[in-house]
Formats: sequence, structure tokens, C-alpha cells
Amino acid sequence: MSGLLQIAGLQKRFGGVNATDNVTLDVLESELHAIIGPNGAGKTTLISQLSGALRPDGGSIVFDGANITATPAHARARLGITRSFQITSLLMSMSVLDNVALAVQARNGHSFRFIKPARTIRHIREEAVDTLQQVGLENRANDPTVALSHGEHRQLEIAIALASKAKLMLLDEPMAGLGSEESTKMVDFLKALKGSCTILLIEHDMDAVFALADRISVLVYGKIIATGSPEDIRSNDQVRHAYLGED
Amino acid sequence: MRNITSSWITVVVVVALGILPPVFLWNGQAFYMDLATRLVILGIAAVSLNLILGFGGLVSFGHAAFIGIGAYCVGIPAYHATYGEFDAIASYSGLFQILLAVGAASLFALITGMICLRTKGVYFIMITMAFAQMVFFLFVSLETYGGDDGLVIDVRSELPLVNLDDPLQMYLLCYLSLIATMLIVRTITRSRFGMVLQGAKDNNERVVTLGYNTYLYRLTAYVISGGLCGYAGALLGNFTTFISPEMMGWTRSGELMFMVILGGAGTTLGPVLGSLVFIVVEEILSHFTTYWHLPFGIMLIVIVLFVRGGIMGLIGSKVE
Repeated sequence: MSGLLQIAGLQKRFGGVNATDNVTLDVLESELHAIIGPNGAGKTTLISQLSGALRPDGGSIVFDGANITATPAHARARLGITRSFQITSLLMSMSVLDNVALAVQARNGHSFRFIKPARTIRHIREEAVDTLQQVGLENRANDPTVALSHGEHRQLEIAIALASKAKLMLLDEPMAGLGSEESTKMVDFLKALKGSCTILLIEHDMDAVFALADRISVLVYGKIIATGSPEDIRSNDQVRHAYLGED
Repeated sequence: MRNITSSWITVVVVVALGILPPVFLWNGQAFYMDLATRLVILGIAAVSLNLILGFGGLVSFGHAAFIGIGAYCVGIPAYHATYGEFDAIASYSGLFQILLAVGAASLFALITGMICLRTKGVYFIMITMAFAQMVFFLFVSLETYGGDDGLVIDVRSELPLVNLDDPLQMYLLCYLSLIATMLIVRTITRSRFGMVLQGAKDNNERVVTLGYNTYLYRLTAYVISGGLCGYAGALLGNFTTFISPEMMGWTRSGELMFMVILGGAGTTLGPVLGSLVFIVVEEILSHFTTYWHLPFGIMLIVIVLFVRGGIMGLIGSKVE
């Protein structure tokens, strides 16, 4: 099986820091691939290059057979890559439903449509409500997004990613800042989602990662030091030494 | 609750603007009619600025340039129709002049917008202002059209059905144009296009990540806003029958911004209320003192500092 996403020799430097140091990685179709690594390892930088928010200094990114290294972020989204943000990134002044509806709208052709009120377009609103139901936010649909709790914001991030029906979801620490109960809910949710699309997951919560991932890559100082099944990673000496802090 | 109240206020203000000025005219108070015409025309400009400032979050400090371009698109064809040369554009035809005004303003918006929209925040403010000043100095240097002394429009635009020399007909055209502009902006902001525009104002990165090329959406809004403002300029030229570069100076752009912020950015009625209060207070204060700018400035600062969302915000918060 070939990779849905093929990253080859990716480089990104900030001043003297190699944030991404010759990263080569294949993410296989419909797998849940987790990337773990200590703080500052360059995980978010990597995701940002995959989503198009940052331009790499070198290397190539191939998605679904097309070289997207120089493709702008909005065009990558249209090709089927979506991301969630580590630091909640939502449309705070809009309603919860509007946030999801805008994601649904993005899949319905261009939006240079000036006449019909967006909130009266049935199929978009209905699909958005359905998506909110999947993450259990349907009761909050008409509330202003800013009024939601942190946990609900994380759920909404996932709802938006779902609504974009992407082939590849880049999830940047979806569990960040969640309480243990909320975390468990999120893990169950991602478990249910697994298999229906390809997920590249960045996560600090090791229990979650080992429970969810098909494969794990370990990123340290911008370098991938190991890739393999959860068992391989757990027993890899190099990983234990560099990351899990065991001798 | 808030929406219902603000819709009611919109209706009341719009109806009052339709009834009161003609009543003043019939009472022999032509001066108030003049004041109302000016405020309605500036209202159109403020409503169009609001499309990008209020709904797009793009603080344009150069919108007076579009007004100036629109006004000169009336003045220059009329000048050549009177004094010869440039037969290609010499015309008193209002339809031609207005099309030219909207077309030239939109084109200027397209060209400058392509550059301005590559910047953000303070840089956007500065570069829009810089482009407007370029136009300002361009017209200052055009001796044919009076340079900085300005140009008198001898003959107003000739339009079917309306005679712009008649103050009442002039006012009604401006008034209906204001309503049309408000409806256009309202429709656009509620459409799918409007959702993208407002989303990008809130969180551009998020909207880009959803798959929208927000640059193109903003550029489109900028062009629409510029075109509408050019139309307001064509009306203003016809109203004052005297145009000069001074009408597109950066202080004029600032006044338009104030109107939008004073009334309430991102609301349908806000810019109209803003221009109403601006013109009326300016008029009243200038009766008391020639230094009316000082109390006026203090009032603006107080409103910007203490009233979130301008006058519309004030109305909304009372209700809640």
C-alpha cells in the first residue's frame, strides 16, 4: 500500500534552529498515524507545512499522487487536507452552527454567491446540524462560539474537521487542556472515526496515542528517530532514551 | 430582542429621512434640505466603506479617493462637453458619467486592492492612505481641471426622469440610492460570500484552512465597496457642483471612518446614523465656535473609548 501522504526530505529552519530536519514519512491510506515528541520537537511546525500555513525550505510533500509542496493552504484544503489547531482557532463571533456551516459551504463550490442568505440554504444548515450531532454539540448550535467551554471548543474543532469531509485530517493535540473525562470521550470519538479517513495525530497524552494509533513516529529536535507500531515504539531503546526518559 | 429593536430603529430613521427634508424644503428652510442631501450622500459612502471595514475587518484609510474619482468622473466629461477637447469622454449624460464613476472607482479599487490586501493591520491602513494621497496629488497637478483650486461643474448630469437642478429631485435620488446601497450591502453580508468575508475578519487562518482563498473574497468586497463609493462621489459632484482634490484628502477618509465607527461598524444602519450624527453635530457646534473641531474630537474619543459598537451598540446594550 502506498502512502496517501508522502513527505520526503522536508526541511524548515528558523534562524539556526532546524525545526524540521530532513523528515521523510509516509502516511498510509486510512491509518491513524500519531506523531509524538517532546515539547519543541517541531510537531506543530510539521503540521503547518503539511496544511500549507508554512512553506518548507526544502523537500517535497506529495498528497494523493500530486506534489503539493508549493500549493497554498486554501487549495490544499480543497484537495482534501484539513487541520485542527492546538490553540483553539474558531470563528468566535459567529454561532457554533455558522462555524460548521462555513466548512460545509467550502465543499459546495465557490462562494462568490451574493444574493441568497447563507443561513437559509437548507442542505448546508442540515449537514452542519448533522455534524454537530456527531460530536454532541447540537444543543449548542445557535450559541455564540465564544460562550462555549474549552472542552466544547475542542469538540467544535473536530466537528469542523469532520464537516470538511477531508481525506486527510491533521489533528494538532485535540486533547490539549481537556479534563480526564473529556479526554476519554475524545479518544472514544476518534476511535469511532478511525478507518473512515486518514488521520495524522499529534498528541501529548501517551495513553491516548497508544490506544489509538496504528503507527507512531517519534520526532525529536526536528528529526524522526523511529516509526513503527505502538509495540515497536514502546520497546525501541532509542525512543525510550530520547523521549520516554528511561535508561 | 436586539435585532427587532434595531430593525425598528432602521425603519424609523429611513422613513424620517424620507419625510423630514422635503417638509423642511416646503417650509422654506432649504438649508436643512442641503444638509440632509450631504448627509445622505456621505451615508452612501459610509455604508459602502462599512462593507470592508465593518464586515471585512479591513480598515481602509483611503476611501475618500473613491469619492473624488467618482466626482471627477462627473466633472471632467462635463468640462469637456462645455469647453471642447477629448470628445470621446465629453458628455453631460448622467448614465455615462455614473457608469464612468463606478467603473473608474472599481478599477482603482481592483488595482490598489491587489497590492493593499497583501498587507495586514497598520500596513494596510498606511498603504490605502498612501494610494489615496497619490490620487489627491494627481488631481492637484492637473492644471486643466483647476489643480488644487478645483473645478466648477457648469452643467449637472442629465438623467432620464430626474432633474438634478431641482433640490427635491436631487434629494430623492440620493435618498433612494442610500436605501439601495443599504439593501445591497445587507444582502451581500448575509450571503455565502458575506459569511466568508466575516469569517475571515474573525479568524483568517481558520477560513483559509477551510479552503477559501480569502484574498480573492476580500478583493471582491474591496472592489464593490470602491465602486459604490465612486457612485456616492458622482452624486456629491452633482450636489456641490464644485469639485476639488480637497474632497479626497486623508482627513475626508478619516471622517468616513469616524462615521462608520461612530454609528456602529458591521451593522446595516450604523454608518447612516454615524453620518447623521456627524453632520448634525458638526453643524450645531460650528454655530457656537469656529474651533468646533475640538469638542467634536473629544466627543468622538469618548464614544470610541466608552461605547462598544458605536451608537448601534449603545441602542443594543440598553435593550438587553
